[in-house]
Amino acid sequence: MAKITLDKIRHSYSAELMRAGDWALKEMDVTWSDGGAYALLGPSGCGKTTLLNIISGLLIPTEGRVLFDDVDVTDLPSDQRHIAQVFQFPVVYDTMTVYDNLAFPLRNRGMPADKIRERVHEIAQMLDLQGSLKRRASGLTADGKQKISLGRGLVRPDVNVIMFDEPLTVIDPHLKWLLRSKLKELHQQVGATMIYVTHDQTEALTFADKVVVMHEGVVVQIGTPVELFERPNHTFVGHFIGSPGMNLLACDLREGKPTIDGHPLEVSAPFTPPDTGVQLQIGIRPEFVKLSREGLAVDIVKVNDVGRYRIVEARYQRQAIKLVVPEDEAIPADRAHILFDPAHTHLYADHWILT
Amino acid sequence: MSNKTINNRAWWLVTPVVLLVAFNALIPLMTVVNYSVQETFGDNVFFWEGVRWFEEVLHSERFHASLLRQLSFTGIILLIEIPLGVAIALTMPKKGVWVSVCLVLMALPLLIPWNVVGAMWNIFALPEIGLLGKMINGLGIDYNFTRQPLAAWFTTILMDVWHWTSLVTLLAYAGLCSIPEAYYQAARIDGASRWAVFRFIQLPKMKRVLTIAILLRFMDSFMIYTEPFVLTGGGPGNSTTFLSIDLVKIALGQFDLGPAAAMSLIYFLIILVLSWIFYTLMMRNEEQ
Amino acid sequence: MKHVKWLPPTLYILFLLLPIYWLVTMSFKTTNEILGGFSLWPQEFTLRNYVTIFTDRSWYVGYLNSITYVTINTLISVTVALPAAYAFSRYRFLGDKHLFFWLLTNRMAPPAVFALPFFQLYSAVGLFDTPIAVALAHALFNVPLAVWILEGFMSGVPKELDETAFVDGYSFWRFFIKIFLPTIAAGIGVAMFFCFMFSWVELLLAKTLTSVDAKPIAAIMTKTASTSGYELGLLAAAGTLTIIPGAFVIWFVRNNIAKGFALGRV
Repeated sequence: MAKITLDKIRHSYSAELMRAGDWALKEMDVTWSDGGAYALLGPSGCGKTTLLNIISGLLIPTEGRVLFDDVDVTDLPSDQRHIAQVFQFPVVYDTMTVYDNLAFPLRNRGMPADKIRERVHEIAQMLDLQGSLKRRASGLTADGKQKISLGRGLVRPDVNVIMFDEPLTVIDPHLKWLLRSKLKELHQQVGATMIYVTHDQTEALTFADKVVVMHEGVVVQIGTPVELFERPNHTFVGHFIGSPGMNLLACDLREGKPTIDGHPLEVSAPFTPPDTGVQLQIGIRPEFVKLSREGLAVDIVKVNDVGRYRIVEARYQRQAIKLVVPEDEAIPADRAHILFDPAHTHLYADHWILT
Repeated sequence: MSNKTINNRAWWLVTPVVLLVAFNALIPLMTVVNYSVQETFGDNVFFWEGVRWFEEVLHSERFHASLLRQLSFTGIILLIEIPLGVAIALTMPKKGVWVSVCLVLMALPLLIPWNVVGAMWNIFALPEIGLLGKMINGLGIDYNFTRQPLAAWFTTILMDVWHWTSLVTLLAYAGLCSIPEAYYQAARIDGASRWAVFRFIQLPKMKRVLTIAILLRFMDSFMIYTEPFVLTGGGPGNSTTFLSIDLVKIALGQFDLGPAAAMSLIYFLIILVLSWIFYTLMMRNEEQ
Repeated sequence: MKHVKWLPPTLYILFLLLPIYWLVTMSFKTTNEILGGFSLWPQEFTLRNYVTIFTDRSWYVGYLNSITYVTINTLISVTVALPAAYAFSRYRFLGDKHLFFWLLTNRMAPPAVFALPFFQLYSAVGLFDTPIAVALAHALFNVPLAVWILEGFMSGVPKELDETAFVDGYSFWRFFIKIFLPTIAAGIGVAMFFCFMFSWVELLLAKTLTSVDAKPIAAIMTKTASTSGYELGLLAAAGTLTIIPGAFVIWFVRNNIAKGFALGRV
């Protein structure tokens, strides 16, 4: 078990890309506390896998250090870092039995045979694999194979951190749910740090205690699911998490107050006005926009009934606003007034939060 | 494989192939069968001979000797070319400009007409004017493949290794390229040794292409004719007279059509049976 | 370990190039120099051997013959193999497995076994000494190979493609030519490459089935070498020239070569 610290990490895949300023990971400092369940969330190509491979030692970062419990492991090979990794596509050794697959990492480390047997059976029990220990690994279904690759990580008694790189991609939908709850259960049982990479917000929010959101090679926010929802640090987080995503409305400052097309707004807290020339945006989640008798006058464009509530698409001047309206509330036919909940109205300057 | 629809009209699609191959395979095969049971003294006069030619071939020492030479040759070149080809594929670069350069240069021997291969090696290995011959003699070893059977064997095998190892390399390389990076990463995390990576990841993933490579090399080396014929003419003496060379000597040299036809059939049958046994063994191994 | 990794491929390629180098060098030497002594490169550089080949009709016509029958063979083999490979990859039909195996057995037929019967067959139908005869004879082993390679590539294309097209109202042949063939273009290229290769390098059948008019270059070469004494320079020049079409074709397919050798399904 260990705390993992990424100290001023930067990475680029080639010298040419580096000269062009094209970094796969821009400078970041991140600390992963011992025993946490983390999700690493972001769209494809944002650098999640790169970050994961740096932690596991499959990649050596161009700059910066990786610390496990304050010990520098930047140049330490993967097999000495006490980490385990489960890949997007199941990796099993086809010619071996399930038992041999699970025993493989232990045999490579020279553990005595009786200890191995004990460990393998223990892990097989945890993963419900006892029945197929004698079978060839190649004959298993995709979820069985993913369990084996997970088992090869868990079987080692010294694992600091287990990493999952979109492990449910090839799993049937009805098994995804089962496997995910199994992971959660294992996390409680084993107590190792787990880092779960995904581009699916539902997967991330259900698995993790803390979610690390990445965007274009930058960690934009680390927080609990509630924090990400209520106070997104960056417009990307607001937009990416939540369904529908956060409303972002262009605004300017008049007498120190954010104003949308002449309409002044209250925001969550006082702020120091930014330099001129930055792009200012008001961010508010559709859940915190209310229909009202006064306030912003908008045109109703469309109403979508999604079951327990309705999503209303409205328009103020040229800007689109979405709001979530409970089932029983009446919606005016074409024109309405709306109010923003000031406690959840945030101001963003060049995409980063001001308040 | 299992989700194919049953449709007997698909026969229309294979008809052209069947007609073309049947014309090329069945009619000549029938000619051979016809000759193999008859005796002729020219002028298209034939006498029924039954299985006499088959008995004669099967009991002839000459045939036994050719077959033994053929088996030794095929065995030796398989033992050299398969491991060597795999080893070179393992050390080849995975990406970059050098991949194309390597592949193009390695494929070169495969596209040289077979008698040019023989002629090239003849010029290359001649003791007086050939680079190889000169080099070996320069080392103080008496080497002349036109006079010494051992030297002839050495040259023929070296030539075949030169000619065909690339086929194994290219097949093995294609197999290696299909292994996802995650396998190597998982192996690194599992602390696997270089040997274990080869034994448990690379070898199993190369199995299909290696089966093809071994089958192709087996069949083609068993039918080898042109290259050794041009290089050594089957000599010195009969020391490099492999089955095909012997067959052509009997059929076209001595015009003994009956024995030649019987030998042809036995020869073809040996290849079929050995290929079949080999193929079944590989497949059974796969299913386990 | 890492810094010597390039060594085995380099040594191997060096080994491959050495005999070729020797052939090329010799083609630029005079007969006197070749027989007179040993030299690593031409002392008196001469192009006479090449001039002879390019000006003497009996020489260069051999190239045209070889290229003619190789081209015809490649076209015939791939054309007839395409529908058959489709049938094998998509349908089950009476005797399909046996048929496939029988086709493959023809790849195992030693040319030496078929040389004489082929000679008689093609003489009987009046095709002896024509490029067509050689092209058809080479189809014996190239057609099974083409079917095998193409079947592999076609099996990699999902069946849904066919079904969608048929639902959209395509007739079989229109679908096959307009949609399916472009999808497996890489496979067709690979099959053509292999057909070219095996037809270009084979000599026993090509020599047996021709005498004057359609004689392949490689056969002319052997004959010259044996009849006109030891004209090694000329032989080397002719040999060098036979390497060029092959090298050209490889260069053409260099980017697909690794994929091609995986034969489509990995």
